[in-house]
Amino acid sequence: MFELLGIPPQALFGQLLLGLINGSFYAILSLGLAVIFGLLNIINFTHGAQYMMGAFIAWMLLNWVGIGYWPALVLAPVIAGVTGVIIERVFLKRLYHLDHLYGLLLTFGLALIIQGLFRNYFGSSGLPYQIPAELRGGQNLGFMFLPNYRGWVVVASLVVCLATWFIIEKTKLGAYLRAATENPTLTQAFGINVPLLITLTYGFGVGLAAFAGVLAAPIYSVNPNMGADLIIVVFAVVVIGGMGSIMGAIVTGFGLGLVEGLTKVFYPEASATVIFIIMAIVLLVKPAGLFGRTA
Amino acid sequence: MAEAVLDKAPAATAAKAMLSVRDLHAWYGESHVLHGISLDVAEGEVITLLGRNGAGKTTTLKSIMGIIGKRRGQVTYQGQETVSLSSRAIARLGIGYVPEERGIFSSLSVEENLMLPPRVREGGLSVDQIYELFPNIKERLTSQGTKLSGGEQQMLAIARILRTGANFLLLDEPTEGLAPVIIEQIGRTIARLKREGFTIILVEQNFRFAQSVADRHYLVEQGRVVDMIPNAELDQNIDKLHAHLGV
Repeated sequence: MFELLGIPPQALFGQLLLGLINGSFYAILSLGLAVIFGLLNIINFTHGAQYMMGAFIAWMLLNWVGIGYWPALVLAPVIAGVTGVIIERVFLKRLYHLDHLYGLLLTFGLALIIQGLFRNYFGSSGLPYQIPAELRGGQNLGFMFLPNYRGWVVVASLVVCLATWFIIEKTKLGAYLRAATENPTLTQAFGINVPLLITLTYGFGVGLAAFAGVLAAPIYSVNPNMGADLIIVVFAVVVIGGMGSIMGAIVTGFGLGLVEGLTKVFYPEASATVIFIIMAIVLLVKPAGLFGRTA
Repeated sequence: MAEAVLDKAPAATAAKAMLSVRDLHAWYGESHVLHGISLDVAEGEVITLLGRNGAGKTTTLKSIMGIIGKRRGQVTYQGQETVSLSSRAIARLGIGYVPEERGIFSSLSVEENLMLPPRVREGGLSVDQIYELFPNIKERLTSQGTKLSGGEQQMLAIARILRTGANFLLLDEPTEGLAPVIIEQIGRTIARLKREGFTIILVEQNFRFAQSVADRHYLVEQGRVVDMIPNAELDQNIDKLHAHLGV
């Protein structure tokens, strides 16, 4: 087999696959953040905790109720989405006329409370979640070994991201959403129920985070801190892509996962910081983000 | 003074008024902008609000539409009190709003802009009728909404309201910043809507344009209606008009 700059292809493709997996989570999570920020003007710091909730809900469904991975993939986002709807109705709707900072503080506080509750109840050592039987094993592609579950994660997140993009950019509901994002007062004055749209959007964004959490459960252990570790990187991804851009969030999420993977191959020392270095450069050169629209 | 103005409107008009506004007050934050607007609009009538910049004409439309945070007084539409309703509920009664800045969405295509407002009543124009009325729109359906010229954006802002079945229109300075030939086209459109039975409140700075389309004119100054002039008497009152409009 060929070698690239002295790197064996197995190592290169292995890291690229890991990068693509991470990128899948970055993409779904930053997509949810972008959708929520676009319409609610709230930087949802609870997003990481809601991702973690998705994984825990899947774990609880399996271990307490006996509901397996496939139904959980739908049920966990719906359950988490309902908690999101409650959070929006009870807390967030009081903040829309205030500065971003208040929403950020509230959602950050909620994240700490939710993570604290789960840590208190489940401990912080992590719980195992089995890969579903259908997706065990893997494929030998010749140049690398592809575990089936990891391939599934990439495909599933791509499908969910593109479906979200399609709904927002190509459907009537999406047109309502874009209109309400741009000018909520006028959209409401056309007879469109903007408050309901806002509530559902937050619920949907939370559902996306929980979906990512269920996907992550069999890969990473189900752990109360799993979201807190990830969300910092995801915020950097959102800043790089540009707040409020749907396709920007998707492309940047997958792209930065790959960049991170490549960095692990060629200069592992920088792999934990490369995204933040890119963020700093983007902020200097294009403060609105790669895909951001300046108002 | 407001009472004197109302005396001019025959009681019969007030009785069958489609929209009746009494002692309407409105605030932007702490700033008290409308100080008791009163006016009546009969079904099928086109009336204008004339006045200087900042007189409260736009605020009056926004208050009728329910998009001013704090308002007080009476706004009765077809017998129903609307001052406590949300703008969403007011739109659902059949009142269509074309804002001053036109409100074309840049994140929506021309077609999406046109189809955005939901139907609120039966009897709205069909898409084909709209294309016939505004042929320019049909040619630009896939363009970004704000890529249209100012005149085309104004047509689109009116067109999307006509689709919904709303038969009471609030038009805020539809001729502002447009070329004379476009203003003529908008004038013809308003005249046609009037013939078809639409009821319209028009905010205008251009009183020649207002004269060409309206039945009556309300002069607004410092958040109050200071006079009402039937269109036929506009020329006799030209001095009064100059004094109020400062033209």
